Amino acid sequence: MSENLSGLDTFPKLLRHHARVRPQRPAIREKDLGIWQTWSWKQYADEALALACGLAAQGFKRGEHLALVGDNRPRIYAAVAAAQCLGGIPVPLYQDAVAAEMAFPIQNAEITHAVAEDQEQVDKLLEILPQCPTLKRIYFDDPRGMRHYAQSQLMSYEKLLEIGREAMQRDPAFLEAEIAQGRGEDTAAMFFTSGTTGVPKGVVLTHASLIDRARVVAEWEGITDRDVVLAFMPPAWIGQNIFSYAQPLVTGYCICCPESGATVLTDMREIGPSYYFAPPRVFEALLTQVAVRMADASALKRWLYQHFMEVARRVGARIMEGKPVSLGERFLYWLGDLLVYGPLRNVLGLSRVRIAYTGGEAIGPDLFVFYRSLGINLKQLYGSTETSVFVCVQPNGQVKSDTVGPAVQGVELRFTPERELLIRSPGLFKEYFKNPQATAEAKDAQGWFHTGDAGYVDADGHLRIIDRAKDVGKLADGTLFAPKYLENKLKFFPYIKEAVAFGHGRDKVCAFVNIDMDAVGNWAERNNLAYTGYTDLASRDEVYALLRECVEKVNADLAEEPEIANSQIHRFLALHKELDADDGELTRTRKVRRRFIAEKYSSLVDALYDGKDKVHVEAQVKYEDGRVGKISADLRIGDAKTFAPAAARKAA
Amino acid sequence: MSAAQLQQHVRAQRIGEVILAVEGVSLAFGGVQALRDVSFDVREHEVRAIIGPNGAGKSSMLNVLNGVYHPQKGTIRLRGREFHDMDPHEAAAMGIARTFQNIALFKGMTVLDNVVTGRNLKMRCSFLEQALWLGRAKREELEHRRAAEEVIDFLEIQHIRKTPVGRLPYGLQKRVELGRALAAEPTLLLLDEPMAGMNLEEKQDMCRFILDVNDHYGTTIVLIEHDMGVVMDISDRVIVLDYGSKIADGVPEAVRSDQAVIDAYLGVSH
Repeated sequence: MSENLSGLDTFPKLLRHHARVRPQRPAIREKDLGIWQTWSWKQYADEALALACGLAAQGFKRGEHLALVGDNRPRIYAAVAAAQCLGGIPVPLYQDAVAAEMAFPIQNAEITHAVAEDQEQVDKLLEILPQCPTLKRIYFDDPRGMRHYAQSQLMSYEKLLEIGREAMQRDPAFLEAEIAQGRGEDTAAMFFTSGTTGVPKGVVLTHASLIDRARVVAEWEGITDRDVVLAFMPPAWIGQNIFSYAQPLVTGYCICCPESGATVLTDMREIGPSYYFAPPRVFEALLTQVAVRMADASALKRWLYQHFMEVARRVGARIMEGKPVSLGERFLYWLGDLLVYGPLRNVLGLSRVRIAYTGGEAIGPDLFVFYRSLGINLKQLYGSTETSVFVCVQPNGQVKSDTVGPAVQGVELRFTPERELLIRSPGLFKEYFKNPQATAEAKDAQGWFHTGDAGYVDADGHLRIIDRAKDVGKLADGTLFAPKYLENKLKFFPYIKEAVAFGHGRDKVCAFVNIDMDAVGNWAERNNLAYTGYTDLASRDEVYALLRECVEKVNADLAEEPEIANSQIHRFLALHKELDADDGELTRTRKVRRRFIAEKYSSLVDALYDGKDKVHVEAQVKYEDGRVGKISADLRIGDAKTFAPAAARKAA
Repeated sequence: MSAAQLQQHVRAQRIGEVILAVEGVSLAFGGVQALRDVSFDVREHEVRAIIGPNGAGKSSMLNVLNGVYHPQKGTIRLRGREFHDMDPHEAAAMGIARTFQNIALFKGMTVLDNVVTGRNLKMRCSFLEQALWLGRAKREELEHRRAAEEVIDFLEIQHIRKTPVGRLPYGLQKRVELGRALAAEPTLLLLDEPMAGMNLEEKQDMCRFILDVNDHYGTTIVLIEHDMGVVMDISDRVIVLDYGSKIADGVPEAVRSDQAVIDAYLGVSH
């Protein structure tokens, strides 16, 4: 990077730097009323500074926490910067959390001011207001529906901005002094881990850690101020902050906020981002969409797709890495690029992507190879909220489907005898807020962070994550049982949206499966199968036959790998409802909460292992407004064929 | 007071003077008497429901208000101005917009274009100016596009903005129709069975939009509806028609317990 950023040790200072050095370059775009509206760096900085003055006038003090609830909007980011200007700490919360879930973070961080995107978020905050006596002010951005609200804590964002502008005119030196007081070791933000287990913990991250990690990777990957990123993940998630706040403030690139959750795909096509991150789930969903739409395409297109995807599978990834490939194959790939891969990348909005990361949980190797073979530079990375994301990142040219890459500059890795990964890094969090016990458990006296992930470093120096240390198990016969690996193999099929594998301490592996409503519904229509809804569809003979095929394909693959050939899936059942974060079955970042599911559906697990054909289930569900209901259904259990392990077959 | 009660209280306070007065309207198609001497009024900012069994003359009443049918007898006064033999486009020019029971959108056009057509009467440019993109044509186009986009934003249909209407599911088509009616910035909105054919979730969404329209834009709403739950929930006052005559008129609670209404339409639970 050509700029000298030394001395700019906090985000507000970086923001002002960009407003000085590239005032007219676009900083944040938002699609509003059908048109992309742009804030330049100067406008971004002006708004953040005015907002900061407004917050100060409303009594927001250094060290206090500002809650942010809403989707990605320029104003949310301005609010983050504004809080940091005053030495305050922004705490973004998940916008799809129910009111009760928001109470703990607000109480824990003693939040005094909150910025809410719209009426829905305001209603949630008002609902928990009695339990949150520290909350004094709620600022709302979208005024729609807010006209008759008379609570004294409410104020519109517009009004706050106005107050700020006046305050800034009266005393321009005040904010200067506040910003100058900021130091790298000050807390920059706090993120609550959704936690696959237990109560959420507030991860405290400093300016120095976030800026360090953001800068190191940006320099290493060659990210410049010409790059463009789409901001579509929840702001409460550390990754969203790194890619849409920390890294832009370190390099000066532009982020784009889509119009709404439903328009992300079209907006991505319009923007054509050059730098992209999405959890494996999103890539799975994209692949499912492609598969569903291909199934409806004409025979010629389907033939072209199948034929050229075969070519891509053979040589695509190798071409991208510059490895030797025959001329004939190169020509075929070039033809495929013209007819299939190029248009496909275009439809997915990935035409201009130079670097695409995935991480947050393990991605199925098949899925990973699919995207790379299309010519998309998809790479894996590894990190967590506690490490400011970047621990390991795969370099260009060294991308493998089953690793997460070597350690990033500055990171040290170590392993316990049980293969748990320990990390030391400048990006490490400071502490868990007001939870010294959890902090001491996670970070030991020498500063090593216990990740809770099991893994090892392979011959090329790449880190391989097996699974969560707690989840890695052994079957009764000692075979390694890595549930995530099995689940990812199952989820590669478009018909399977989610899977949960069981087998620790058991004699065989069994699995729950969630069918993908779109893909299976589409398949059902084409096969003249009528159905009334998700539960009905999931219980059909024909759908079970479909699922059996998928499971048996996975089993065939597993039979080829000697270490885990014995963890083939013997029995499966399709759940009557999708696993949902609102019911506590998934985290807010859509990770499976294995222990919880095993307990909640213990009767189903027992039925799987007892050899039953059917089982009745009655489960509690939580609706989006917090009400509780019950769903009951009769579930069938399917058996799948297993294959003799490859080694055994060769010997036989 | 709960949030819902507060909203209702506020709504009740906003209801103003009579803006539409229908007196003694009778409509016949040859030997069939569709409306017999119907009189009622509609106050500003209220939500007025017209209910009744099939064939009672509800749609005919709406068509009379809109100018599609001309009654043989009776008067209609809009803001004190009496009008005879009004045409639909005159009604539209006076600020009355409507939706249709079976959807009358342009199926081949996109959602955005359909909503923009609702602004037709507000377009001042001549054909030539628009064709040659002269002077004020551009300004007008931007203004109308903006108004249409605000309606689209209001009804949360951004994700189907460019989809041809014919491809949309029924519930969304109804929402687009509502959008087209709203784009005309009406003072009086006539909705003909806006919830027909919708499931519970879609009905709740539609109810929310209707209430939002009444709240945000202050539009007076007259709607025909069969779902009693919806009617009792969102209307301020209700008229009941049966065989072309008005048999009840009042607040939902009063109408619900009116014997004549129970006999003709609601029935009793067994």
